[in-house]
Amino acid sequence: MSLAVAPILVPLFFGALSLALWRYRIAQRVLGLVGTLVLLAVAIRLFQVVHAEGMVVLHMGGWAAPLGITLAVDMLGAIMVVLTGITGLAIALFSMGDTPERHEHFGYYPLMHLLLAGVAGSFVTGDIFNLYVWFEVMLIASFALLTLGGERAQMEGAIKYVTLNLFSSAIFLSAVGILYGLLGTLNMADIAQKIDQVENTAMINVVAVMFMVAFGIKASAFPLFFWLPASYHTPLVGVSALFAGLLTKVGVYALFRMFTIVFDHDVAYTHEILVWVAGLTMLSGVLGAAAQYEFRRILSFHIVSQIGYMILGLALYTPLAIIGGVFYIMHHIIVKTTLFLVSGVTYRIAGTHELKDLGGFFRSRPMLSVLFLIPAFSLAGMPPLSGFFAKFIVIRAGVEAEAWGVTAVALLVGLLTLYSMTKIWAEVFWKAAPDTESGEPAGQGSTVGLGWMYTAIAGLAACTVFIGLNGEPIYALAETAADQLLNPDRYIRAVLEARP
Amino acid sequence: METLMAYIVGAMFAAAVYMMLRRSIVKLVIGLMLLSNAANLLIFTVAGMRQGAPPLVPEGAEVPASAVADPLPQALILTAIVIAFGVLAFSVVLIHRAYEVVGTDDLDRMKDTDT
Repeated sequence: MSLAVAPILVPLFFGALSLALWRYRIAQRVLGLVGTLVLLAVAIRLFQVVHAEGMVVLHMGGWAAPLGITLAVDMLGAIMVVLTGITGLAIALFSMGDTPERHEHFGYYPLMHLLLAGVAGSFVTGDIFNLYVWFEVMLIASFALLTLGGERAQMEGAIKYVTLNLFSSAIFLSAVGILYGLLGTLNMADIAQKIDQVENTAMINVVAVMFMVAFGIKASAFPLFFWLPASYHTPLVGVSALFAGLLTKVGVYALFRMFTIVFDHDVAYTHEILVWVAGLTMLSGVLGAAAQYEFRRILSFHIVSQIGYMILGLALYTPLAIIGGVFYIMHHIIVKTTLFLVSGVTYRIAGTHELKDLGGFFRSRPMLSVLFLIPAFSLAGMPPLSGFFAKFIVIRAGVEAEAWGVTAVALLVGLLTLYSMTKIWAEVFWKAAPDTESGEPAGQGSTVGLGWMYTAIAGLAACTVFIGLNGEPIYALAETAADQLLNPDRYIRAVLEARP
Repeated sequence: METLMAYIVGAMFAAAVYMMLRRSIVKLVIGLMLLSNAANLLIFTVAGMRQGAPPLVPEGAEVPASAVADPLPQALILTAIVIAFGVLAFSVVLIHRAYEVVGTDDLDRMKDTDT
């Protein structure tokens, strides 16, 4: 079964091809579109197979587990790969209209493919060291994409981003080393199996917390989130949308993977820490956003606060809470990418991200206003959009687990999110544009390629409406994923008994 | 030997964090270098050290004759070194470029993106 490796190979292949066609910008653009389209197709096929068979396991090089590197795709991994495909396609579409020539000359498209390969690799791998390698592939591509353009703000943001992420990688690597020293294996299923036999649980807790810190930094959880709002608003809009959609979620995914299948020995200790982290992440993110008056910075802080909800789903550690967390990840990737892309259109038209200089978009572009309102309401949790169900499940799980404090925080943060979205709505869309007679945006930006950008936004907005209207089947998918996470025996058996 | 290595690894981590907390971006990168090397040494140490027992299988046999050193940690470290090398090369270029653009090597004066 070679389908499991396809989500890695496809972007790598198209990335290499775009590198070979370095001088041909049009060809690179077309490859960007075709490559992400093929990735999405492969991802959906993989998802279908996982849906039918429960798991897809591939032993690389014919070495049986736990000796070789294993790729193991369960429901959560398959869902994440599909979301990677959707986000990648949306970004490729958006980039058709919005990438300056200079960026294309310096390898924007090859880097984008490489980033997608790293993200997809993290989602399909079943080997902890291999996960580290895919993290690094993703990181190095993201470093280059972040600094593409070389402006002052980008450099300053990149230094913080690079430092914190390398620090997290070093902790991750150390934790992998200690785990290997304890258990003598790197295969996640084998680790999950052997970790129960270790008598020194204090040592296991230390390793668990090291993983928590490492993935917490990548997922921008409290208190190590500050690299994100310092850097995500600096690069090209397409790049920030790609980062906002996928990168932090890889950290969240790794937390979900490690703290259900592997570290389930001392839930009272590890997941109690996660509850606090979740609550503080939600709160500090949303309060940070309330103080901001720059479009993308507000959205960046909201990534932080939304990460809190996902971690809360994991931290409560009941079946319903995990379902809520998985549902939340699905919803969030789509919605966050859409919002960043909308900010790209307003930037293109008005030439600024500052709320005070923007305005009048409702009058001049009612279509765009609707396309903003859908993801904005979805983010705040309005029915019938996807965010309502995501928040509803997580909060319901909080009530059922009688975690009153953190549930109250989650509700409050939902309210403050609505406040932030209303602020953007009032400033960017509703109020008259400053400095113009008609109250419409001055519009010094060209309208070339706006069609591509609208297509990407409309497609993603349709996705969030689709998730909202099909809450039940999507819930069933999240339920399957959560069920697999909470019953690691099946994962372990599927990996260890699969024939190479 | 393990005890000595443990102290060395600890000292390297401490030195790395100290360097990263300084204000100069050059020292920041030196800190990152120390950090990745400390992590590599940590893997080497915790995976168990064994002297004079190369993992070789005698001709005709299926398994080694006696207990041998574990070759896997070295493969891990080799991979990690290569990755760290690439990433650090990027960081060095980044701080150089940042110095050119911002005009200072002081982290405390790179606050444009914080508010």
